[in-house]
Amino acid sequence: MDFIFEWFRALYDETGINLPILYDEYDRNRMIGGFFTTIRLSLVCLFFSVVIGVIGAWLQGSAFTWTRRIVNGYIQLFRNTPPLVQLYFFYFAIGTMLPTVQNDWGGQSPILGSFAWATISLSFFAGAFNVEIFRSGIEAVPKSTVEAAEALGFSKLQIYRDITLPLAFRVVLPALNNNLVNLLKTTTLAYAIAVPEMLYEANQIWSDNVNVTEMMIFLLLAYFVLVGVLVSGMHRWERAMRIPGFGG
Amino acid sequence: MRYKTDLPVMMPITPREPTPFIGLKPWQILLIALLAFVGPSFAFAQTGIPILTPFAILFDWAPLLLKGFIFNLVISVSAMALGTALGALLGLGQISLSRVTRGFAWFVTQFFRNAPWLVLLFFAMFLLPFELNLFVLKIPFPDWFKAILGLSLPVMANVSEIVRGAVKSLPSGQWEAAESLAYTRRQTLWLIILPQCVKRMLPPWMNLYSILTMATVLASIVGVSEVMTLTGQALAAEGGRPELLAPFYGFVLLLFFAYCYPIARFTVRLERKFAVID
Repeated sequence: MDFIFEWFRALYDETGINLPILYDEYDRNRMIGGFFTTIRLSLVCLFFSVVIGVIGAWLQGSAFTWTRRIVNGYIQLFRNTPPLVQLYFFYFAIGTMLPTVQNDWGGQSPILGSFAWATISLSFFAGAFNVEIFRSGIEAVPKSTVEAAEALGFSKLQIYRDITLPLAFRVVLPALNNNLVNLLKTTTLAYAIAVPEMLYEANQIWSDNVNVTEMMIFLLLAYFVLVGVLVSGMHRWERAMRIPGFGG
Repeated sequence: MRYKTDLPVMMPITPREPTPFIGLKPWQILLIALLAFVGPSFAFAQTGIPILTPFAILFDWAPLLLKGFIFNLVISVSAMALGTALGALLGLGQISLSRVTRGFAWFVTQFFRNAPWLVLLFFAMFLLPFELNLFVLKIPFPDWFKAILGLSLPVMANVSEIVRGAVKSLPSGQWEAAESLAYTRRQTLWLIILPQCVKRMLPPWMNLYSILTMATVLASIVGVSEVMTLTGQALAAEGGRPELLAPFYGFVLLLFFAYCYPIARFTVRLERKFAVID
């Protein structure tokens, strides 16, 4: 390993291509930390946005007009406003209204940190899209299938859990896939509220080393690979869960 | 949607049309929003209380913020124009007969589509020179111009995919019929294929414009003085009072909502109008 690191140091000395994330231990650890923060943020948001999507789709089918209207209002509001402004609104406007707690050094710190606010804001943003996606999936399940399940003596919860949701989930996977890729790309916004994710750490490193070009190219490639892994994983899952005879 | 078997396994998916915002009409929303923001300041102006409420302060700053928002719109329109022009070329490259052109266009499209918008914006901001020396001519590159270039990169890639998708979605019979009528490839493309594609491309193109408009606030992170930057400065000028944060950021949210929501509704209507029934 050290041999490779030394090679990159020599590369810098010889050609001026400066990649401290490879030969400098401090910068390397920062970048690895940033990489894992991006992945952690993406996974947590991914989970919560899917949960919001399922619950929202269920609420949209409710018999109460106002429940449906509120869910629709939420969807329209979050779809038609910039995610960055939503993030600022959550972090600065709502974050300052919440009580503070005493931290280890005796000072006051906000009850929720920037990572938590980024999670909340991005989950709500992606969740708004997921509600519509899941809703269209549930509507794709034919009435006769539900009636057949009723005739076989399934309870309402069993029908939703064992019949409607599994079928709907398979139908919406391509659309969900698209939205999750978008979510992964949107996690870069967390940079604006100083969540130490990949873009933030890269910015720190190029400020210290003045190697904007190298770090930029590295960042583009890193996101390219991350999105590629997500897309190929989801495609494989899509194929594995395909319903025979439905769609192309 | 066609089934492979004759047994109806699942219903075809129909894109759901979102219902109006909390069941209100657009003008009703606008009226409520205006009342909520303008109302309090009038009320206090009449009673003559010297202490300004947060909304009154916001009312004072609103003209400046609106100017910033118009700058956002200028950025979005220019980036869209540039991105559409480049993306159309790239999209045509993706359906080219030459394998090399096709491969190159595909790679460029995928690369810029998979990179986050903010990273591309940083890319344009830091890697473009601040001025271009063309012999004796010095063309300055101000930061807003670099922001337009940076935002037009992902737009270009997305437009390229829209063009390719639209051309691919046409039945191959169109190509074959044109060929049997002895049209050349260029004639087929310009006279038969593309005119039919415009209809199919319009709704996703408008969606993209709406996404781009919402992405223009990213330019504030790299220091372009648009609405978000001005909001931050206005808040700082008022002494960073915490009770001002919610009205100010809420106002920016409302501005974007007022602009993007009608576009979204119009897109849905267009989609329904152009829906191909087969």
